[in-house]
Amino acid sequence: MFVTNLAILVLAGFVGYAVISKVPNTLHTPLMSGTNAIHGIVVLAGIIVLGLGEDLSAFNKVLLVIAIIFGTINVVGGFLVTDRMLEMFKSKPAPAKDREEAK
Amino acid sequence: MIPLASFLQDPDFINVLYIVSFGLFIYGLLGLTGPRTAVRGNRIAAVGMGIALLATFLFEGMGNWGLIVFGLVVGTIVGVPAARQVKMTAVPQMVALFNGVGGGAVALIAWAEFNESGGYDGYELTFVIPSLFAAIVGSVSFWGSNIAFGKLQEILPGHPISAGKAQQPINLLLFVGAVAAAAGIASGETSGVYMAVVLICSALLGLFVVLPIGGADMPVVISLLNAFTGLSAAATGLALENTSLIVAGMIVGASGTILTRLMADAMNRSIPSIIAGGFGGGGQIEGAAGAGDHAGTVRSTSAADVAIQLAYARQVVIVPGYGMAVAQAQHVVREMASELEKRGVQVKYAIHPVAGRMPGHMNVLLAEADVPYDQLKEMDEINPEFARTDVAVVIGANDVTNPAAHTNPASPIYGMPILTVNDAQSVIVLKRSMNPGFAGIENELYYDPKTAMLFGDAKSSVGEVTRELSVL
Repeated sequence: MFVTNLAILVLAGFVGYAVISKVPNTLHTPLMSGTNAIHGIVVLAGIIVLGLGEDLSAFNKVLLVIAIIFGTINVVGGFLVTDRMLEMFKSKPAPAKDREEAK
Repeated sequence: MIPLASFLQDPDFINVLYIVSFGLFIYGLLGLTGPRTAVRGNRIAAVGMGIALLATFLFEGMGNWGLIVFGLVVGTIVGVPAARQVKMTAVPQMVALFNGVGGGAVALIAWAEFNESGGYDGYELTFVIPSLFAAIVGSVSFWGSNIAFGKLQEILPGHPISAGKAQQPINLLLFVGAVAAAAGIASGETSGVYMAVVLICSALLGLFVVLPIGGADMPVVISLLNAFTGLSAAATGLALENTSLIVAGMIVGASGTILTRLMADAMNRSIPSIIAGGFGGGGQIEGAAGAGDHAGTVRSTSAADVAIQLAYARQVVIVPGYGMAVAQAQHVVREMASELEKRGVQVKYAIHPVAGRMPGHMNVLLAEADVPYDQLKEMDEINPEFARTDVAVVIGANDVTNPAAHTNPASPIYGMPILTVNDAQSVIVLKRSMNPGFAGIENELYYDPKTAMLFGDAKSSVGEVTRELSVL
């Protein structure tokens, strides 16, 4: 299982590399913010460890709840702030292009 | 009902959902690579996250629902307003903060698992090593990101803080300490003291690595820490045998690394030399000495003069920087540009890759102000144009226009690609005061005889120029 996962890890690294290397400069900030939201997936790890843990001590529960709060902030905040940033790009470049095409 | 439940809780079904979720992450990121598909791409990735979350709820034997829901609700209550209300100018530090809490989550999970399992007692190394990696990197990322946040938010001073020459050996010592304690745990030590050493050493390492880094390098650092958090999430995924975490974390790790390199390239800096710190450090001393040496005088001008100069120009290039962002001047800049265009002046915007505090920062702000996409020119495209430009208007940009990067080998920014505004016929610099920029380096441009300074807040200055233009 570990070796399979290691293989997945390496492949994912190359996929990430291939996908990202094509991003125009303009979108770097939203991209950083978007990928930042994606690593908020650690919230799953918090849920799994807390949900499947048996006889967790109160201290560990506190740690894990904080981890879930942190992870959720990372996910929710990350996607929302990226969305806000991108909304500004959305409608504006299109009309500019249309105008160019109309010329 | 029972067959349905057992089907839903089948580990294979959960894994299929995970595969769907990371498929959506990759597809979403592909969308993020184009301006028109970007919004959809981000939402697709968010849907992927939702599916991954649902899949996780399906695990057989899940308990502690109350606490899980509590955590999710509190996180949402904190995260939503933070993301909704943050000003566009403050986005870089928000990203730093969101990144930091992600890293913090990773470190906390590794810690809780250590406690719960009696010091990883009896666990395979394939679990222990990724977990320890996650603990170290997550902790570095958490503390480092918080410092980056503090610096950008100007809670902490932007200039480098360091122990000077002792800094490197201290950092090395902390790193060795964290790794040695981790190695101890991996070889069978179960005492909580070891884990405490791992976490404390890596926390201090995070603090000490970011504190000495000057503000100008901060975007690179945030990007690097973003990649770190991704890697630590992937390591957590390896430990928990969770494919969704592995793929998502690793993609972020890979993309963050590329982004970091692109940013470092744009500043002609190597990543190791940024991490080694002291960019602004050398610069500050240099700048202080340089200020005294400057025999040249600074010419200041008035809004009315600027308006006349602009109105009779053929081509005007606006060079926005962080000062424009702070003053929220992007809308008035757009108004001024419209006013000029009405008079037949050609207006272009020169965007340095690291103007502002993050790559693309200026594009975001100008897009917010409805500046047409095709007027935004990247550095390589606009630099040859400056020679044909009558007036270059520098609005709150500093280091990215400093000719010292080309002329003065002693300058800390020597070799950094800059916008060659000094090739323009004349230059107008809008600036609050003569204070040096974020990197703490004196800008020779201001002493150039063809440069005129318009002091004041960028927003009110541009507003005044626009008013003068409209009555001309």
